Amino acid sequence: MQQINLLLASLPDGILLGFVYGLAAMGLTLIWGVMNVINLSHGPIIALGMFGTYFLFIRAGINPYLGLFLIAALGLLLGILIYVVAVHRVINAPHLSSLLATFSVNMIIIGLGTAILTTSPYNVDFSLGSLKIGSTTLLGTRLVAALVAILYSAALYLFLYRTRPGKYIRAVANNRAAAELMGIPSSRILALSFGLGTMLAAVSGALIATFFPFNILSGGSYELKSFVISVLGGLGNPIGALFGGLILGTLEGIIPAFLETTWVPVIEFALFVLILLIRPSGLFGAEE
Amino acid sequence: MSTPGNETTAVSTQPARRRSLGAWRNPGIWLTLVTVLLVSAWPVLTQKASTREVIFTMLLSVVLASSLNIILGYTGYVSFGHVVFFGIGGYLGLYLMSTFGSSLWIAIIAGGIAAGLLAFLLGKAILRLRGAYFALATIGVNEAMRAFINNFKPFGGPIGLSLNFQVYQDYGGAAKALWLSYYLLVSITVGSILLSYLVKSSKFGLGLVAIREDEDAAEVMGVITPNAKTWAYVLSAILPGMVGVLFFFKNGNIEPTDAFRLHFSIELLVMVMLGGFGTVLGPIIGAAGYQRLRGFLLTSQLFKDIQLSVAGVLLLVIILFIPAGAVGWLRHRFPALRRVLP
Repeated sequence: MQQINLLLASLPDGILLGFVYGLAAMGLTLIWGVMNVINLSHGPIIALGMFGTYFLFIRAGINPYLGLFLIAALGLLLGILIYVVAVHRVINAPHLSSLLATFSVNMIIIGLGTAILTTSPYNVDFSLGSLKIGSTTLLGTRLVAALVAILYSAALYLFLYRTRPGKYIRAVANNRAAAELMGIPSSRILALSFGLGTMLAAVSGALIATFFPFNILSGGSYELKSFVISVLGGLGNPIGALFGGLILGTLEGIIPAFLETTWVPVIEFALFVLILLIRPSGLFGAEE
Repeated sequence: MSTPGNETTAVSTQPARRRSLGAWRNPGIWLTLVTVLLVSAWPVLTQKASTREVIFTMLLSVVLASSLNIILGYTGYVSFGHVVFFGIGGYLGLYLMSTFGSSLWIAIIAGGIAAGLLAFLLGKAILRLRGAYFALATIGVNEAMRAFINNFKPFGGPIGLSLNFQVYQDYGGAAKALWLSYYLLVSITVGSILLSYLVKSSKFGLGLVAIREDEDAAEVMGVITPNAKTWAYVLSAILPGMVGVLFFFKNGNIEPTDAFRLHFSIELLVMVMLGGFGTVLGPIIGAAGYQRLRGFLLTSQLFKDIQLSVAGVLLLVIILFIPAGAVGWLRHRFPALRRVLP
C-alpha cells in the first residue's frame, strides 16, 4: 500500500518531467538525424536556457513563459553561430572531429559561464500553485512545462512536415548529395537544423529552471539523459524522442517506489547500453 | 578515419623477417624513451616534491593517452569512457589493500587484470557497434559503472574507500611511498610507450590500422576483426587499470566521482588529438603539452578564470585546422621525418 501511495505521488511527476526531457532530447536527435553529429555542447546550452529564464524573470521581470519566445530566438541564433564557427568545417570529417569540435564549444561555454556566473546554485522563485487529485499533487509549473513541451513538439512536427524549409531539412537528412543536386542550399539547411536543435535545448532548459535550482554545470546531467532518450526513441527520430522522454520519465517515477533513488541512473544507463546493443535503431525505429 | 600523416610506418611494411629486428633500429623510439627517462630523472636529482608531482601528472597522462591511442588511434574506435578502466583498477586495488591488507604489488597486478577482463567482456559486446554508436555506448558504460559503484556497498558507495595511514608504513612511511609510486609510474610509462610502439610495428598493429581505414575490407583481407578489436581494447585497458591503483594509492582514497570522471576521458581524447592520433609519439607529446598548458593557464593571472575557455578555443583551432595533430602534421609536411617519428 505504501508503495502504491509512493507510486501515485512520483509517477505523474515523472511523466510530466518526461515531456521536458523529451524536448531536450529532440534537439539532440534532430541534429544527429540531419548531419550525423553528436552535439556535445548540448548540456551547456540547456544550462544557458536556464539562465535565460533567470535573467529575464528575476532581473527583467518578464513572465517566464513569455520569455520562452526570446530564449527560443536566441537559442536558434546561438546554434547557427556554433554551426558556422565550429561544425561546418568538420561536417564530413570522421566522427571524432565533430565530437571534439562540439566538445570544445562545451568547454568554451562552461569556462566563460563559470567565470561570470560561478558554480553556486541559482533559483527561479516562480510558482503557479498546485493541483491536488486524491493523494497526488501536481505542481502547476510542471504541468505548464509539459504542456509547452508538447506544443513545441507539435510545432516542430508541423514545421518538418508541412513547410518548405522543413521539407528541405528532411531531404538533407535523407541524402545530402541528392538534396544538393535538387538545388537545396544544404549548408544553410544544416545551419538551420543545428539552430533548431539548440533552440529546443535552450527552451527545455528554460522550462526546467522554473522548478529546479541550477548552475552552469547542471546541463550535463540533462545532456546524458538526452543521450539515453535519443537512443530509446531511435537516434535521428525527433518524434521518437518525445516517447523516449516519456519512458525515461515513467522509469524515474516508478523506480523510487521500489529501490533507492540512487539506483535510477544505474538502470537508465544499463538500459541505454542494452538498447544500443540490441536495437541501435531505437524502440520505435525501423530496422536498418 | 583516414587523415594525412597516418600512413603506417616504413617498418611495418617490411618483410616479416626483417621486421623483428627492424623495429628496434628506429632511432625515434630510443630517442623518445631516453627523453622520457631524462625528464623523469629530473625530480629525482633535485629531490623536489613539487616537480615530482608535476611530472607525476604528466606521466600519468602519457600512460593513459598512449593506451587510449591503441584503440582510438590505431583501430579507429572513439572511446569516450576510457577512464572506466582507470577507475575500476583503482577501486579493486584499494579494495584489496584496505580490506585484505594485500601489498601494493598484488593490488597493481590485480588492477591491471580487472581492467583487462572488463575490457574483454565489454569488447565482446560493444565493439560490434561502429562509429558514433560505439562512442555513445562507452559514455553509457562509464556512467552506468559510476552509478553502480555509487550504490555498491563493498566499495563504500558514494563515500568510496580510503586507506588507513598505517598502510604506508610498509613502504617506509608516506614520503617514501610517494617516491615509490613515482618510480613505479616511470616504469609503467616506459612499458606503455614500448607497448604502443610494439603494437604499431607488429602485424597485429597493421591489422588494426586496416580496421581503422576500412573494417569490411580488412575482414575480406583476412584480419579476424572481432578478435583483433577485442585484443586491442584489452591492451589499451590493462595499463590504465594499473596506474589507477597507483594514483589512488598515492591519493589515499577513492570516490566514484573521481574514479569515473567523464571529463577526464575527454581530456585524454584531446591529448591524443593534440599530439596526433595513430602515432606513437603523438599521445606522449600531446599529454605532456596539454598538462603543461593547463598548468600554465591555471597559474597565469590573465587566464586562470577562463582557462577552460582558452583550452576550448585552442582545441577548436586544432580540430578545425590541424586535424592530424602535431606529429601527424610534421610527418605529413616533412616525409623524411616519417622514418624517425614513430
